[in-house]
Amino acid sequence: MSENGVEVQRGQQEPAEEAGIRFPKLGWIVLLGIALLASLAASVALGSVSIPPGSLFRALTFSGNADPVHIAVLWDLRLPRAVLAALVGAALASAGVAFQALFRNALADPFVVGASSGAALGATLALTLGFSTGWAGLGPLPLAAFCGAIVAVLCALALAETGSNSSMASLLLAGTALSTMLSAIVSFLLLWANQPWFQAFNWLLGSFSGRDWSYVRLAAPYLAVCYITLQLMSRPLDALTAGDDVARSLGLSVRTARFVIIGAATMAASVAVAFSGIIGFVGLIAPHIARLLFGASHRVLLPTSALLGAILLVWADLAARTLLAPVEVPIGIVTAFLGGPFFLYLLKAKGGRLT
Amino acid sequence: MSARLEAVNLSCGYDGHPVFKGVDFSVRSGEVCALIGPNGSGKTTLLHALDRLVRPMEGEVRLDGVSIWNCGPREVAARVALAPQRAATAIWPLTVRETIQLARAPHRGWLASYTSEDVKVVMQAMERFGLVGLAGRSMATLSGGEVRRVLLARALAQAPAVLLLDEPLTYLDLHYQAEILTLVRKLSREEGIAVVLTLHDLALAALCADRAVLLANGRICGRGPPADILTPEFLRPVYGEDLEVIRHPGNGVPIVLPRARVR
Repeated sequence: MSENGVEVQRGQQEPAEEAGIRFPKLGWIVLLGIALLASLAASVALGSVSIPPGSLFRALTFSGNADPVHIAVLWDLRLPRAVLAALVGAALASAGVAFQALFRNALADPFVVGASSGAALGATLALTLGFSTGWAGLGPLPLAAFCGAIVAVLCALALAETGSNSSMASLLLAGTALSTMLSAIVSFLLLWANQPWFQAFNWLLGSFSGRDWSYVRLAAPYLAVCYITLQLMSRPLDALTAGDDVARSLGLSVRTARFVIIGAATMAASVAVAFSGIIGFVGLIAPHIARLLFGASHRVLLPTSALLGAILLVWADLAARTLLAPVEVPIGIVTAFLGGPFFLYLLKAKGGRLT
Repeated sequence: MSARLEAVNLSCGYDGHPVFKGVDFSVRSGEVCALIGPNGSGKTTLLHALDRLVRPMEGEVRLDGVSIWNCGPREVAARVALAPQRAATAIWPLTVRETIQLARAPHRGWLASYTSEDVKVVMQAMERFGLVGLAGRSMATLSGGEVRRVLLARALAQAPAVLLLDEPLTYLDLHYQAEILTLVRKLSREEGIAVVLTLHDLALAALCADRAVLLANGRICGRGPPADILTPEFLRPVYGEDLEVIRHPGNGVPIVLPRARVR
């Protein structure tokens, strides 16, 4: 085709720009990383006790003349909380990316296969039945939530698998039906058991209140494994968004790839939900924002979404504990209330197109 | 890199209903074979079976004598490439370059990075189909003909020994039709690639294929050099009476035209 004059001309115009495409995207990842660090710094500096930048630095580095109160507030209260928020944000965003790609559905989020309602049922059962045994440093509530999430997703998978071999659509339906059913059971349990609504409600809407380093230590390894797995699957994810037949024709074992992706994303969502309750919206919008800004290739989309999700949740948590201080707003309300309009603005700015 | 892809007593279908039965078919390096037949005759299903996308109900597909279902999917994908008839409109469209780069996965593995050789092969494929200027464009913004060229470029970037093209000329203007026909001849003659293509335009089939295989009513109704198959005797039982075959005054290639019953 190179003999064709028109094509040769076209070809000469853009290669230079094309060759440079990799660097700006890597640059964006670095920039988002810096933004995350800045967000963390802002989050730990602000609150009922404000820490000015100079003291913040001294307290962070334990220098001799640092204020012991600042050190305590920073290291025991705010930093573990902010770090956990960042971890959970990154986990939810990357799980969201995975499920959106897998289902090829703009509405898919980390909880689309039933993880959140399963977690809600687990937590509600723990509250109403008064579970008191934890495991491996995990309190009874997070433990029950985690188990509930995993069991719910396994149920959805089992239901979909028995249906037909076009299992993705039926998995989506099974997840939705199961979620609705489990939510009904949660409502029934709360009404019937005449339980302290406040506690349950508070948990269901998500919170990082009182999370210390033990939570971070517990969650980080699992979330890291999930994230790395998804990042490794970035090219299979690309192929799957192009269509199952395309992926198969390119030699991908579609079933195996799906299994790995669902496993990692479910694990990430379940760990997140166990440690922070059900935080909606981040896992839905962070991937969309990243896709609008950086394109659909998962190699770039996964890290940018994860960083955006982390930044979003760090700020949302700051808002949750400062907006109506000393009362804490559940973070799920903050993410929906602040994230919603921003997302609608983006959608509008892009002329209603998500692609 | 010679290859031979053959279907032996192949029956394929969906949900237990066979689309075709007992098909024997083979193609070898350097050959261009056109699959022709009416709508719904199973041309695409046969291509999918040859590409290890559809599991046979009976019989098998062999690549150099080995059943492709005894090979791993990547092993087959590194040697057999399919340019599908349609690109499922991806909801999260990749760019042209990213789409074509996927073709390197069978050679490189799904986890490894692309090498400079991959970048070169992808660039060559884009150059061949005049896509260099579109490299950074989202697939969602392309015209039908541009999408077609991307699908062909991706199949070519897979560096296959057997190339399966499902309606490769649909949506293409005359210029690109000629280019693709030339390319198909070139790939088979100079690079020894075996090509199987489905075509609705029978004149184009006659122009580029060494052999034509007529698929209809769930079986093969005729095979041979295009000039022998593209005759009213073979075509009328399959397509009906309303067609006529004339000969190209220069090279004698048969040209099949539909005939309107109302003047």
